[in-house]
Amino acid sequence: MKIDNTLPLEYQTEENSNRIFGFWLFLGAEIVLFSTLFAVYFTLWTRSGNGPTAQEIFQIKPVLLETFLLLTSSFTCGLAIHSMRLSLKKPALIFFAITLLLGLGFLGIEIYEFVTYVHEGATLQTSAFLSSLFVLLGTHGAHVTLGLLWGSGLMIQIKREGFTRDTANKSFIFSLYWHFLDVVWIFIFSFVYLKGLM
Amino acid sequence: MKWDEFFVTGEPMIYGAMASIVLVSLAILFCLTYFKKWGYLWREWLTTVDHKKIGIMYILSALIMLFRGGVDALMMRTQLAGPDMKFLDAQHYNEVFTTHGVIMILFMAMPFIIGLMNVVIPLQIGARDVAFPRLNAVSFWLFFAGAMLFNISFVIGGSPDAGWTAYFPLAGIELSPSVGNNFYSIALQIAGIGTLITGVNFIVTILKMRAPGMTLMRMPMFTWSVLITCVIIIFAFPVLTVALALMMFDRMFGSQFFTMADGGMDMLWANLFWVWGHPEVYIVVLPAFGIYSEIISTFSRKNLYGYKSMVVSMIAISLLSFLVWAHHFYTMGHGAMVNGFFSITTMAIAVPTGVKIFNWLFTLQKGRIEFTTPMLYSLAFIPIFTIGGVTGVMLAMASADYQYHNTMFLVAHFHYVLIPGTVFAVIAGMYYWFPKLFGFRLNERLGKLSFWIIAISFNVTFLPLFFLGLKGMTRRMYTYSESTGFGPLNLIATIGSAALAIGFAILVYNIYWSFRYQPRDTTSDPWDARTLEWATHSPVPEYNFAITPNVKSLDAFWFWKKNKQPLFEGKIEEIHMPNNNGQPFVLGVIFFFFGFFMIFSWWTPAIISGIAIVIMLAVRSFERDHGHHIPVKEINKTEQQLRGDKA
Amino acid sequence: MKKKGLLISLFAALLVLLTGCNSIAVLNPKGPVAKTQSDVIIFSMIVMAVVLLVVYVLYIYMLTKYRASKAAPDYEPPHMEGSKWLEITWTLIPVIIVIILSVVTVRSTYAVEKTPEGYESDKPLIIYASSSNWKWHFSYPEEGIETVNYVNIPTHRPVEFRLYSFGPITSFWVPQLGGQKYAMSDMVTRLHLVAEHEGSFVGKNSNFSGKGFAHMEFEVLAMSPAGYTKWIDEVKQTASELTEQEFNSLLEADHVGRKTYTSTHLTFRPAPEGEHGGHNHGAPAADSNEGTDKEMDHSKMDHSTMDHSNMDHSEMENQEADHSQHGN
Repeated sequence: MKIDNTLPLEYQTEENSNRIFGFWLFLGAEIVLFSTLFAVYFTLWTRSGNGPTAQEIFQIKPVLLETFLLLTSSFTCGLAIHSMRLSLKKPALIFFAITLLLGLGFLGIEIYEFVTYVHEGATLQTSAFLSSLFVLLGTHGAHVTLGLLWGSGLMIQIKREGFTRDTANKSFIFSLYWHFLDVVWIFIFSFVYLKGLM
Repeated sequence: MKWDEFFVTGEPMIYGAMASIVLVSLAILFCLTYFKKWGYLWREWLTTVDHKKIGIMYILSALIMLFRGGVDALMMRTQLAGPDMKFLDAQHYNEVFTTHGVIMILFMAMPFIIGLMNVVIPLQIGARDVAFPRLNAVSFWLFFAGAMLFNISFVIGGSPDAGWTAYFPLAGIELSPSVGNNFYSIALQIAGIGTLITGVNFIVTILKMRAPGMTLMRMPMFTWSVLITCVIIIFAFPVLTVALALMMFDRMFGSQFFTMADGGMDMLWANLFWVWGHPEVYIVVLPAFGIYSEIISTFSRKNLYGYKSMVVSMIAISLLSFLVWAHHFYTMGHGAMVNGFFSITTMAIAVPTGVKIFNWLFTLQKGRIEFTTPMLYSLAFIPIFTIGGVTGVMLAMASADYQYHNTMFLVAHFHYVLIPGTVFAVIAGMYYWFPKLFGFRLNERLGKLSFWIIAISFNVTFLPLFFLGLKGMTRRMYTYSESTGFGPLNLIATIGSAALAIGFAILVYNIYWSFRYQPRDTTSDPWDARTLEWATHSPVPEYNFAITPNVKSLDAFWFWKKNKQPLFEGKIEEIHMPNNNGQPFVLGVIFFFFGFFMIFSWWTPAIISGIAIVIMLAVRSFERDHGHHIPVKEINKTEQQLRGDKA
Repeated sequence: MKKKGLLISLFAALLVLLTGCNSIAVLNPKGPVAKTQSDVIIFSMIVMAVVLLVVYVLYIYMLTKYRASKAAPDYEPPHMEGSKWLEITWTLIPVIIVIILSVVTVRSTYAVEKTPEGYESDKPLIIYASSSNWKWHFSYPEEGIETVNYVNIPTHRPVEFRLYSFGPITSFWVPQLGGQKYAMSDMVTRLHLVAEHEGSFVGKNSNFSGKGFAHMEFEVLAMSPAGYTKWIDEVKQTASELTEQEFNSLLEADHVGRKTYTSTHLTFRPAPEGEHGGHNHGAPAADSNEGTDKEMDHSKMDHSTMDHSNMDHSEMENQEADHSQHGN
């Protein structure tokens, strides 16, 4: 196994540096996936059939709160990685915990939002617009959910092993994923909610 | 759900198929137990992470799927042999052409290509394995789970019957209420995830794991073609993922994406499908171009002509492949301007493709051409594929396409592209690299016999279809009346397809015969080839190269042979290799059941198996497996053995 | 290489056969649109035959001249990098061919999308052709008649077919009069055809639409203008009215023979164009309220208001996504 000690911990073995590169490629595929979902949404978003339109169901308050939570979580995730670079295990764990709690809060509001929609008679089955909305938001939400599970597992591993080449590599890849979800959300916020409310 | 709905009933042919499936499965189980091969199967194959073995498993599955897809084709040709035939009814015919298309493209061409990629790429770039060996096994088992899931549809639940394009609203729940199209959406989804992972894996492998000195412009052409193909995979497959997911939501959860009411838009499916579907064609054709480049250069005893323009033209094709999708539905009424744009982009693809054809022709110039079986397939490819290419340009002309669209002319065109473009290539590749994997060549006499039968009967089968199309015969019609005048040409095509089947039967027989009787090669380089895979022993040891080669030029192995340019410098050191692992196989099995429960909307077991998948991911995350090291002593022993065998 | 020679001669023979053969429907046009398309096809075939010829000549030359059995035993092929000029040549010549073909394509595509040349000043006969299961309904709003599975048209008069579907995507195709176009459930597409010869032509659905697809044919009977008028009068005297109930039972049937009625279904079930387009009107079952626009006379509707895509206005504003191609 080739090891290069001059690199940051997460890049030191060849295998680990390949993993990071591979994950970037995977994120490339994820960008295509979300772009397609956005394209579907933009194609269908005015086709609301007999159901409500975007303007009728979108509410700005919960969405602003969601945005705030997710953006902050991205920031704390960055702080966690910064602590990792400084080999500070405890602060890193605390920042990861805050990140995941904020993510959980985001998810809670999103579920609340979905429940509200359904109570207003806006379901997946109502119209093409709502189908595309639920699937776009749902795919992002599912990614966040998976991130929460992944992050929790990661925290257990860091607690047990500290920052080794393995855990550092995993933490770094997790942070890439988490920042990516944040970027996708910014697009959802601007082009789904703001555009829909205008 | 009642049991008589669960199993497909009322068709004697299906009962026969069910009985034979049960019998064959029992026979396999019996043989494995009787010869005590369970342990061998588990240790050497089901848990392997070795790229060569995974490649072999891909190719074996592809051959089985070729058989299945071929039987479908023969059934169709039999039904169309004459007017008003009663061999298949409409429903059965519709299922047969749907599965023929899906299986041939996704479960035959793709895995065959990916199998050859697996076998060859690490060897060609002088690597020990792919970047993520475990993930590679996951790719294979996901593909295999998807393929099996799709194939059981013809005895359980019923096959999809809306064409391999599954256009909505026909494929929607309203007009296709059976579970057939659920099989389509779920099985393809599972196999598609596997393909996407393969794409990521091979880009990292090729970009990060090349032997020292192998710059990008010193890579063999096949490696280049695979690199470009994998980039297309990463950009195209997520679109399929989304399309299939939306299909699933429409069919199983009542969403309104492609429905006929509440804002649904059937044209959206066609767009999404072909945004993936057209690049998909290049995913199976570009690696084939790579294979031909290797073979033509080897058997002309010359380097490849115009290496740089070959690379540039492949990149151009890959870019253009994303700009042509609407040519699959010029007739959807998007007006002359849009159609004009897509006509031009489509015809533009002919330019880089033409460059490649001429480069191959000039590789032959001043060469020393030897007509081995792989070379015969490569040479037959040029004239036949050119017919496919020029008819493609004709189809690209929108105004004329209004007359060709949905006709047998189109069917003839894409078979003229895909069979010489992909099928001939994978067969050629199989003949070419076979001795590398097994240490002996396939028999040349049988090989050439089957080649001539396949090449000639291919033309007999598909040339008449061009004329049938111009006479007005549409694709996918299960019968026609005598007054149409379609009879005679169809009969010729059917006779051709029977001969084609004989050709393929001889090909398979050749594999069996060669395993038993073919003399073993005494050299590891039987074809006097040019690239690195021939620099190691045949069969290849687990670690590929005892010493990592040091590349100083294109065709490094050739210059090592001719000019004694040094290739293996340095001493043997201990080699780090990944461990075998059963998790990928288990994951594939769980995915199979997950998919099955989803297809039948059995939610509780589906959720349980979904949780099982998440648990598998967690298990992998908590595991610390750093592989093992092969000590120098053992490497020396293996090397001596491999050399000794040959003395 | 006997086989290749055989192949070329076979192909050439078939090409000759093609141009002269009446049984090739696509190359035996009976109207200006099909004629344009047939000319484009034959032109492209000639160009492509030249391309094939060049490739085949080079191919046969290389294979006969440089085979190992002919080479001296110690012949060692030279190392050749490629040639800049040759490679530029075989890039540029295809580029030129593609440009020529592009010009032909774009011009002919514009030509076949509008009323054929020479007929622009004639008032087109509008016929709504809609498909359901495996049959075709033809509504003549002007004459107030409707037929099933056959359509009669006068010669030398432009006919504007307005296509849509009550189910899967189908494709309306009369090879001898002109190329096909899709009929879809949420919009109306248009096909302009003219018959210049009297006669009966095969029409069919070419897009797979399920179980009965193979039998989804109709007859196009092109008759003299006088004969056409006579036929209209006859229908008005002999046939009966198409009631909503009758039409619904027609929609449900798999196949029916030929039918003739003295009113169209457009009055109670309008085509998906204008305000009825884009599926925004909800499920077909919820359509009952639309019976109110019975009085709407589709034939007199201003063309510009229902131009092409028939999607609603909000959709027109939204151009960024895929469907902008459908906007026509």
